[in-house]
Amino acid sequence: MSVPLLQAEDVLVQFPAPGQAPIRAVDRVSFSVAANETFGVIGESGSGKSTLGRALVCLNRPDAGRILHDGADPFALTGRAFRAHRRNYQIIFQDPNAALNPRMTILDSVCEPLEILGEATAAARRDRARAMMDRVGLSGSYAGRYPHELSGGQKQRVNIARALTVRPKLMVCDEVVAALDVSIQAEVLNLLAELQGEFGLTFVFITHDLGVVSHVSDRIAVMYLGKIVELGPAARVRHAPLHPYTEALLSAEPSALPAAMRTRERIVLHGEIPSPADPPSGCRFRTRCRFAEPRCAVDAPAFREVQPGHFAACHFVDQLTLQGPAS
Amino acid sequence: MRGWLRRDLRAAVCLAYLAGLVLLAVLAPWIAPYSPTAQKGAEALADPSAAHWLGTDDLGRDVLSRLIFGAPASLYASFLAVSIATGIGVPFGLLAGLLGGWVDRIISRLIDTLLSFPGIVLAIGVTGALGVGLTHGMIACGLVFSPTLARLARAQTLVVKNELYVDAARCFGASTGRILLKHILPNAVQPLIVQLTLLLAAALLAEASLSFLGLGVQVPQPSWGAMLARAYTYIDIAPEQMYAPGFAILLTAMAFNGLGESLRDVLDPTMKRR
Amino acid sequence: MNRRWRMLGERLSQVIPVIVLATIIVFGLLQLVPGDPAMTLAGEQATDERIAEIRHLYGFDKPFLVQYGTWLGHAAQGDLSRSLLSGERVVTLIGQSFPHTLTIVVLALLISLLVGVPLGILAAMRAHTRADTAISALSSVGVAIPNFWLAMILVTYFALGLGWLPATGATPLGESVVGSLRHAILPALALAAGGIAELTRQLRSALLEVLSSQYMRTLRAKGLSETAMICKHGLKNVGVNLLTVIGLLFNRLLGATVVVEAVFAIPGMGSLIVRAAINKDFPVVQGVVLSMVLVVVATNLLIDMLYSVLDPRVK
Repeated sequence: MSVPLLQAEDVLVQFPAPGQAPIRAVDRVSFSVAANETFGVIGESGSGKSTLGRALVCLNRPDAGRILHDGADPFALTGRAFRAHRRNYQIIFQDPNAALNPRMTILDSVCEPLEILGEATAAARRDRARAMMDRVGLSGSYAGRYPHELSGGQKQRVNIARALTVRPKLMVCDEVVAALDVSIQAEVLNLLAELQGEFGLTFVFITHDLGVVSHVSDRIAVMYLGKIVELGPAARVRHAPLHPYTEALLSAEPSALPAAMRTRERIVLHGEIPSPADPPSGCRFRTRCRFAEPRCAVDAPAFREVQPGHFAACHFVDQLTLQGPAS
Repeated sequence: MRGWLRRDLRAAVCLAYLAGLVLLAVLAPWIAPYSPTAQKGAEALADPSAAHWLGTDDLGRDVLSRLIFGAPASLYASFLAVSIATGIGVPFGLLAGLLGGWVDRIISRLIDTLLSFPGIVLAIGVTGALGVGLTHGMIACGLVFSPTLARLARAQTLVVKNELYVDAARCFGASTGRILLKHILPNAVQPLIVQLTLLLAAALLAEASLSFLGLGVQVPQPSWGAMLARAYTYIDIAPEQMYAPGFAILLTAMAFNGLGESLRDVLDPTMKRR
Repeated sequence: MNRRWRMLGERLSQVIPVIVLATIIVFGLLQLVPGDPAMTLAGEQATDERIAEIRHLYGFDKPFLVQYGTWLGHAAQGDLSRSLLSGERVVTLIGQSFPHTLTIVVLALLISLLVGVPLGILAAMRAHTRADTAISALSSVGVAIPNFWLAMILVTYFALGLGWLPATGATPLGESVVGSLRHAILPALALAAGGIAELTRQLRSALLEVLSSQYMRTLRAKGLSETAMICKHGLKNVGVNLLTVIGLLFNRLLGATVVVEAVFAIPGMGSLIVRAAINKDFPVVQGVVLSMVLVVVATNLLIDMLYSVLDPRVK
C-alpha cells in the first residue's frame, strides 16, 4: 500500500486559556487522506474543524501527535527546507477578504507565492499569474485593482488562483463558500471540481453544510467538540449513519418533500454546543443525544471500525436504529 | 490626497507652511539678505528698518538672515532625531510583536524603562556622554523618542500578525523578514506616520531646548534655540530680540502637530478625535 | 483587600526589573563616552595622576559587569560618588537641588489641574461651539510653545517690567514659604502651559467619550441636566483616566523644568545636570538621571495604588 498524501496521527491542538486548563480545540484525531481523494470534514462552529484544517497545513503546530505529509513530519524540517515544503499543502480560507493583503494589488498578491519560491523572472511570474487568473475566471482587468474593489466571489477566485500558482498537491478548503452569496457558491464549487481533475488536486473540504460536502466528497469525517465521531465513505455516512450526531445533522438538511410525505422525523438538537473549555464527561455528545444513557457520562466511547472503512464513536452503535437522510 | 487637503484646511495650511520652510532652508544662502555671521558692531541691537527687516542682534548681525539660516539647522535636527528614533524603535517593536515570548518580554521591559526617564533629562545625559553638539544632541533625542515608536509598532504588529493574509503568506513559505516587510509593516504604518509627524514637533522643541542650554548648536552657527539663548543674555536691554526665533519655533511646532492631528483623523480611524 | 495586596505585589514585580534596567542604562551612559573615558572625564589639562585616579575611581580597568556591580553596590547604599568638579558628594548636591525642582514641578502640576480641569469640562460641555474652538486653539499653542521661551516672556513682563516677582534665584521652602512661592510662581506658570493644554485635551476627549455612551444617553432621557451629568457621572468615570494623565504629566514636567530652571537661574536639578553634562562631570550626570527616574517610578507606583482605591473594578 502506498503512503497516504496526508495523515493525522492522534493530533492534539490546544490553546492556552488564562486561569484554567488549556482548551483542546482538536482532541486526539486520526485519519488519512489518499492522493486525488476529496475528504470532507463536517462540524458545527466550535467543533475544531478550522483548527484542524490549519494544523493540516502547519499553521498550528500539534501539541501532541503528528501530521504527516507524504509520510514525513514537516515540522521535523528546519528553516528553508520547511518553507520550501509548504507549497505542496495549501489552504483557502472562509473569509476571502481577510486572506488578501489590502495594500497589495490583485496581481501582486497572485504573484507573491512564486516570488517567495524565487521561480522564474518577474515578467514570467506575472504571465503565469495572469494565466492562472484567467483560468479561474477572473478578467485581466482586475490585475491592477485592490481587494476592496472586488466582490467576495471574485476575491475567493483570487485566493484560489494564488494557491494554484505553486501547484500544490493538497488543498484544504475551509468553508470556502460559506461567506459567499448562494448564487456564487455553486459556481465556485464547480470551479474547484474542474480544477481538481485538471491539476490532480487532493481536497480536504471543511464545512458545516452537509449538502455542500456530501456530493463532492469520497469520504466524510464528522467532528464534534474536537473529536471525530464518525468517519466513512460519503454514501454510507449519508445513507446509513452510525452516530446519533450524524443522524441529527442529516435530519436538519432541508428536504424537497412536503412534510406529510417525509418518512422520517425531524430530530432537533437541543441547546448550544457545549463550551470546548469544559467538555462533558464521557461521550461529549451525550448532553444533546436522544439515546444517552448513564454509561455515556462515565466512559468515553472508543472510535472503532464498525463496518469495513466505516468508523464511529458510540457505545450503542450496534443497537441503535438511525434514520437516513430526507429522501 | 488632493481631496483631503481641500476638505481639511488645517492640513493644507500646515503642509504649505512646512513646504515653504523646507524651501527656505534649502535656499537659505540665496534668500537671506546677509551672511548669518557678518558682524557690524556699529549697528548692534538696531530696530527693524528697511535694511534689516527684523533688526540686528548684539553683534550687529542681521536677525532675519540668522532666522533663515536657523531653519536648516532646526529641520535637520528634527528629521535626524526622528529618523534615528524610527530606525531603532520600529524594528524592535516589530520584532517584539511578531516573535512574542521572551524577546517580547525583554523589549517591552526596556520600553517601559526608557519611558520612565524624563525625556530631556536622559537626552542631556546622553549628550553629555557623547559630547555637546547638534548631531550628538539629536542622536540622544532619537534614543529618547525610540521607545514611543517601539511601543506603537509592537501594538500594531500584534493586531496585524493575526490577519489571515499573514497566514496565507506563511503557507507559501514566506520568511519572517518578508512577512514583516511586505505584510506587517505596510499595514501597521499609518499610526506610525501620525506618531512620526507629532515627534517632529517634539524633536524641534528638544533641539531648541538643548541649543538654549548650550548642549546643541555651538556658536557662531545659527539656530533658533541658540538665538533665544543669546537673546536671554541681554533680556533686560533688548527683550524684543526673543520674539522672532520664539515664534519661528512655535509656528513650526504647531505646523507639525497640526499636520499630525489631521493625518490621524484620516489615517487612523481608531484614534479619531471627537 | 487580599486582592489589592496581590496586585501591589504584581506591580512591584514589574517595577523591579524596570529599576534594574534603569540603573544599567544610567551606568551604561558612561560607555557612550568616545575614546578613553578616564582621559575625557579628567579634562584636557589633567595630569597623569588625575587620569589614573579617575580610572581607579571608576574601575575602567575592570570588565563592565564588575564596574557596574561596584557602582550599583555603592549606589544602593546611597553613595553616588563625588563630583569631579567640586569634589562634593553627589548625594549632597542632589539633596540641595531637588527641593527647588520639586517645588516648581508640584506647583506647576497644581496650576495645570486648577486651570486644565475646568477648561476641559467647559470644552466638553460646549463641544463644537466657539468656546470649544477657542480652547482647542489655545491648547494647540500650549502644546507647541517652547516653555523656556514662555519663561523668558514672563520674566520680561512680570519680573523686569512690572517688578512684581523676582526674575531669578530660589528660596528654600523651609526658609520662607512666601519667598519660596514668589520665586516658584513664574517658572511654574511657564511649565504649566503645556500641562494645562495636555490636560484640557485629554479631559475633553475622555468626557465626550463618556457622554456619548449608552448609559449617559439613558440618563439624559431621564431629564438629567448636562451639568449634573458631567459633575456626577462624567467626572467619576474619567477619574481613573485623569490619574494616568497626571502620572505622565509629572514625568513631562520633571523633564521640562530642567530648561526652565536655566532661565530663572534656579539651583535645581536642571542646572545641576546641565553644568555637569557640559563639563563631563559624570558622577553628577548619572546621579541626577538616576534620582529622576527613581522619582518617576515611585510616582507611578503611587498612582497605581491610588488607581486600585478609586477604580471599583480593581477591587
